[in-house]
Amino acid sequence: MPGSVQSIERAAAILRLLARGSGRLGVGEISTSLGLAKGTTHGILKTLQDVGFVEQDKASGKYQLGATLLHLGTSYLDVNELRSRAINWADALASRSGEAVRIGTPLDGKVLVVHHVFRPDDSLQTLDTGTLLPVHATALGKVLLAYDSGVAAELAGATLEQYTRRTLVTPAALRKAVAEVRETGWAGEAEEFAAGQASIAAPIRGYGGYVVGAISIAGSVDRLYPSAGRVDQSLVTFVQNASRAISRDLGAGRW
Amino acid sequence: MVARYVMSVDQGTTSTRCILFDHGGRLVSVTQREHRQRYPKPGWVEHDATEIWRNLEHMAPEALSRAGVDASQVVALGIANQRETTVLWDRHTGNPVGRAVVWQDTRTDELVEEFAGQPGAELVLERSGLPLATYFSAPRLRWLLDHTPGLYERAERGDVLFGTMESWLVWNLTGGVDGGVHVTDVTNASRTLLMNIETLRWDKDLLEFFGIPAAMLPEIRSNAELYGTATKAVPGVRISAALGDQQAALFGQTCFAQGEAKCTYGTGSFLLLNTGTVPVRSSHGLLTTVGYRIGDEPAVYALEGSIAVTGSLVQWFRDSLGLITTAPEIETLARTVEDNGGCYIVPAFSGLFAPHWRADARGIIVGLTSYITKGHLARAVLEATGWQTREVVDAMNADSGLELSTLKVDGGMTADNLLMQFIADVLPAPVVRPMVAETVSLGAAYAAGLAVGYWPDLEGLRRNWHRAAQWLPSMDAERRESEYANWKRAVERTFGWVRPNHTA
Repeated sequence: MPGSVQSIERAAAILRLLARGSGRLGVGEISTSLGLAKGTTHGILKTLQDVGFVEQDKASGKYQLGATLLHLGTSYLDVNELRSRAINWADALASRSGEAVRIGTPLDGKVLVVHHVFRPDDSLQTLDTGTLLPVHATALGKVLLAYDSGVAAELAGATLEQYTRRTLVTPAALRKAVAEVRETGWAGEAEEFAAGQASIAAPIRGYGGYVVGAISIAGSVDRLYPSAGRVDQSLVTFVQNASRAISRDLGAGRW
Repeated sequence: MVARYVMSVDQGTTSTRCILFDHGGRLVSVTQREHRQRYPKPGWVEHDATEIWRNLEHMAPEALSRAGVDASQVVALGIANQRETTVLWDRHTGNPVGRAVVWQDTRTDELVEEFAGQPGAELVLERSGLPLATYFSAPRLRWLLDHTPGLYERAERGDVLFGTMESWLVWNLTGGVDGGVHVTDVTNASRTLLMNIETLRWDKDLLEFFGIPAAMLPEIRSNAELYGTATKAVPGVRISAALGDQQAALFGQTCFAQGEAKCTYGTGSFLLLNTGTVPVRSSHGLLTTVGYRIGDEPAVYALEGSIAVTGSLVQWFRDSLGLITTAPEIETLARTVEDNGGCYIVPAFSGLFAPHWRADARGIIVGLTSYITKGHLARAVLEATGWQTREVVDAMNADSGLELSTLKVDGGMTADNLLMQFIADVLPAPVVRPMVAETVSLGAAYAAGLAVGYWPDLEGLRRNWHRAAQWLPSMDAERRESEYANWKRAVERTFGWVRPNHTA
């Protein structure tokens, strides 16, 4: 069994100290309280600050617990809660885009559909809330892959099933697609899961910006990718606006 | 061209919401604030009317700024409100007289019994279309007059005004003490026990029966016409609609034709059936109420099945039992088990409403064994809403002689898939949710927009309605019948718990 890591022990001690104190503490006070060299204390504080666990007050230079740490336990969002909070914006997205809307969250290396809004043409459609979709062949999945390291880890080494001739089945192709998602902030897929069908998705962020799910529209490839396989940019904007509105309601702040 | 919008205010039991809709009936921005529920004594429920007005004052401008919209782009404002909640205020100071007495409040149960024994009591049902019950405003108003020294005289002089929430908000929006307009609408007025359901005017005999001075009453107007222009919160915006929340939902669901029905799942749940331009009397415990009236057109009536406790049972489960931290988690918890384990909850917190109308009933949990977990209780909580819907639909079918073919649903609880499936299973009939689940707000927006010509006619509104989700029955008939029989046995056990002259 490996021994304990001293710097983590010290970091924990600093966090405990900050949590117990009534106000902010300076580097000197922290060093004295814990019997650490000032340089060591400063280095640890700097790292804790980088990950958002502590914050430094600009005026006084003193430290306090960071918002990220305070909300560490609440980044998990119940899927039924997510549906309930997103339902209005999902409706509006379906109405504006004229396409079916789905909200997905990660589950055991798949995408769990937690909400589904029918395409607003009053045709016969069946609710598929509760079904699982493949991560690598859907826009929802690509968004989750891009922003949720857990999903990426679960997919590593798995065989990428080929649904159509356009399905991305090599890790390299998928990596490239995911890098693009991170760059643009949205994911698309044209006939990678089913012939004639396409989807567009964007991330839903919860408190502190943590990605809790994704929202997508799905429909005919002719409507989503109308001209020579190029995406309809106005639909992308609709999806991104909906994802931002939901994220804002969930407390994601600057996103 | 500058985009134009309609603003809708939904003044509900637990919160007030301000929503901006575009011409397609689509949501553009939403702001919401909860207000405090006050329970000073068992059976008492109060709101601070000032708190509610302040909330609206903050939220309305916020809804505009969130969408980057200027007040000049808002063509009209419509209000939907919790019904029957009684507010009294001083015309000269603008201050409420005491707290608003909420529709769930049962402090008037003895007073109602007294009234029921008096000569002329039969007039109430005949003229107002409603049974004498603590649910409606008149007994509450009388109770306040009886329990506040000097109030009756002030009311007689017209110094103290009465209103339901829409009256209070319109009065404040249009200037309050500086020329505030004192009006109500036919739907809210139809819930007071004081309005004649045929003439749509305050009924002299009913006012006399309840001992209410006419000087304190607002003027009764249609649901869609110009009431006035706002000078506060959103100055310059025309106020052109007010409807009781359930009637607003009927309107928002575009149930414009006779025979169309909807059920809204909120704090309580309310199934309304459009019965056309003639008021239909129920012989199965439903209420005769005004559905809506547009300007000078004939009023459209509705039969209503009111269920007092549905969403508020989930809130109780969350706040008083602490078994979940947010309301939607009830579904997560309920899905941890396969069925109710033989446990049933009948939430007769303030008696039972439709179709039983038993003020002497109180809530029960039956079928408890050591096998029951919180998951089973969560199931029983959701199933209570399903069975209460079934009872009301049965009454509706019996009164109308028709079989409800589909149930249009809306409201916050429609986000609960397990519940929606259960309702489809127990009816049994398809359950359909429209694209805008916020039909209460949408209905108020529709009425306001119609009044100012933003939308041309009802047909245009109907084209905005689209199906967003549908649940089909899948429970086998035998199980449904045996479960329903169990539910009925559970309901019987709630009757008569409160004895006369004993407080609950």
